[in-house]
Amino acid sequence: MSIKIDSQKCNNCGKCRQVCPGNLLYEDATGKTEIRYPRDCWGCTSCVKECNGKAIRYYLGADMGGKGTFLYTRQEGKLLHWIIIDPDGGEKVITIDKSQANAY
Amino acid sequence: MMLKATKIETDILIIGSGTAGCFAAITIADHSNAKVIIAEKANIKRSGCLAAGVNALNAYIVAGQTPETYLNYIKNDSEGVVREDLAYTMAQKLNTVTKKMEDLGLVILKDAKGEYVSRGTRNIKINGENIKTILADEVARSNNTTVLNRVNITDYMIKDGKVVGAYGFSLDTNTFYVISAKAVICTTGGAAGLYRPNNPGFSRHKMWYSPFNTGAGYAMGIRAGAEMTTFEMRFIALRCKDTIAPTGTIAQGIGAQQINSLGAEYEKEYGIPKTSIRLYSTVMENKHGRGPCYLKTQGIAQNQEQELAKAYLNMAPAQTLKWIENGRGPAIENVEIEGTEPYIVGGHTGSGYWVDTKRTTTLEGLYAAGDVAGGSPQKYVTGCFAEGEIAAVSAVGYIDGQNNCWPDEVEIDKKLAEVNHFLEDGPSCYSVEELEDAMQKTMDDYAGGISSGYMYNAKKLQVAEDRIDELLELSDNLKAQDLHQLMHIYEVIDRLYVSKILIQHLKARKETRWHSFQENADYPEKDDQNWLKYVNSRLQDGKVEILLRELVKKDEIYEHKNR
Repeated sequence: MSIKIDSQKCNNCGKCRQVCPGNLLYEDATGKTEIRYPRDCWGCTSCVKECNGKAIRYYLGADMGGKGTFLYTRQEGKLLHWIIIDPDGGEKVITIDKSQANAY
Repeated sequence: MMLKATKIETDILIIGSGTAGCFAAITIADHSNAKVIIAEKANIKRSGCLAAGVNALNAYIVAGQTPETYLNYIKNDSEGVVREDLAYTMAQKLNTVTKKMEDLGLVILKDAKGEYVSRGTRNIKINGENIKTILADEVARSNNTTVLNRVNITDYMIKDGKVVGAYGFSLDTNTFYVISAKAVICTTGGAAGLYRPNNPGFSRHKMWYSPFNTGAGYAMGIRAGAEMTTFEMRFIALRCKDTIAPTGTIAQGIGAQQINSLGAEYEKEYGIPKTSIRLYSTVMENKHGRGPCYLKTQGIAQNQEQELAKAYLNMAPAQTLKWIENGRGPAIENVEIEGTEPYIVGGHTGSGYWVDTKRTTTLEGLYAAGDVAGGSPQKYVTGCFAEGEIAAVSAVGYIDGQNNCWPDEVEIDKKLAEVNHFLEDGPSCYSVEELEDAMQKTMDDYAGGISSGYMYNAKKLQVAEDRIDELLELSDNLKAQDLHQLMHIYEVIDRLYVSKILIQHLKARKETRWHSFQENADYPEKDDQNWLKYVNSRLQDGKVEILLRELVKKDEIYEHKNR
């Protein structure tokens, strides 16, 4: 359970670094954001939701059965799109309307 | 790098801006002009248990129910050992705090008549993905409230036996905070990471409870001599395998039953369903070779599967990702379940500060609310709001006539030196991580962790006690290269103190009252004759003193005597 940060896409806005509940994200020597403690990630996706540049990818560790699929999010007004990409590049999107309660 | 002291003062200091802390701050702003500082280890926007969200409010008085029926549910689930005064005063506020949250923007499902739609007899359905940001935004509206993000509080400031503030350090600058307050509210949450977790490798922090809640509030109280209660009632959650995501969404949402590998519904074989029995029955089925156990979801409708996927994204996204990654969702495959490592968390069980009805701890000037406060299980999110409100109102009443005061400079210098010695150059035989592993291994092997089926006996606990004391001694020699590592050192030390007290509580209760949560192999039966009482503790001069206290009933107003 952790995240990977694509340094090409990271624009170093710093929002993810501020929000991480474990204080795990820091600015690296090149001015980009790095996860300094990948094993300490809780998997809450707070950073993923802050990243408008799709730079933060959330994935399941191999010890949890992960197979290389990852997800990121995109905010659009009241909508939160969860974009899930499998290792072959296949995409699945689940959209949640934040103004609607869960059915369960 | 060495830290330098900076003094600041306020009327009320709140330590931790999670569920209870935010609601306490909002309540103070609503009821007074008191100046508030919130000291938060991370950032208020997503800190605490609710970072990823929550997908139902599990403590609500639905139509046809009353605070009394909620209290009766808690009493039954807790086998009678509950502070009825605390549970009842909490239950009385569940609906008003919920209304407040709806007014602040929380989405709650309503029917055509405008009534909340219930999920079972105590739960209502929400979209709680943004519950934490709603709280943070409301806290930010008060001009009297200052949030100190990324400040790790290490200990209370004590003057003449009273709590008069707290010490802490910044994670960004070399600042050692000396914060004076007329009253302090502790809302730091419970303790995870005491025991070896379900995923001990790379995904070690993929646990149910926040891995960043490391028992700081308990440990500060323990070190200051505060009385604690019911640590032996550990919380062990029944969760989805690997992701450790909640199971209630499936069990209550679509009515899924627990089945073993033979397809048999086993829970009813173990007596009246209770929180601990749902777990214990699963542990026993595995022990008897009938695992894995599952929630029976196979064959649910496609729309049910889709709604479950959404519900989990709003709370525990790993579960949805796992279903999609596997290509086998709950309609195709039953959901495997397992028990977590034990946590100490007063929002679910009775572990925490021994407080009076006003949520005052046994240390004057110090209040506690939420997961860190004991005696009142099944608070959940709304109960933590309720306690935050009660503690806030009590603290506002207390500060009238109080003055800010400071300890002697010698005392401040001593506390600063304590922190700085971890930052000094020099060799350290062990790393923080090594001591953390040693602690979790010890607790797992000898204090009833996952590997021992949650069971312990006196001889095992003695081994645990000795080793935890050794690790506490070793922790004094740890070294930090930076402020993040300094935080890690304090997290491990805090968990060692919580473990030390927990072991004594487990030793003290000579019965088995809550299967799995407290499974004493030396005394495998429940003993109502002798043990319908609270096990409390206090650390004095390095020794843990155990106190047994009589039950407090619903209409009593409990006040501390002989502090």
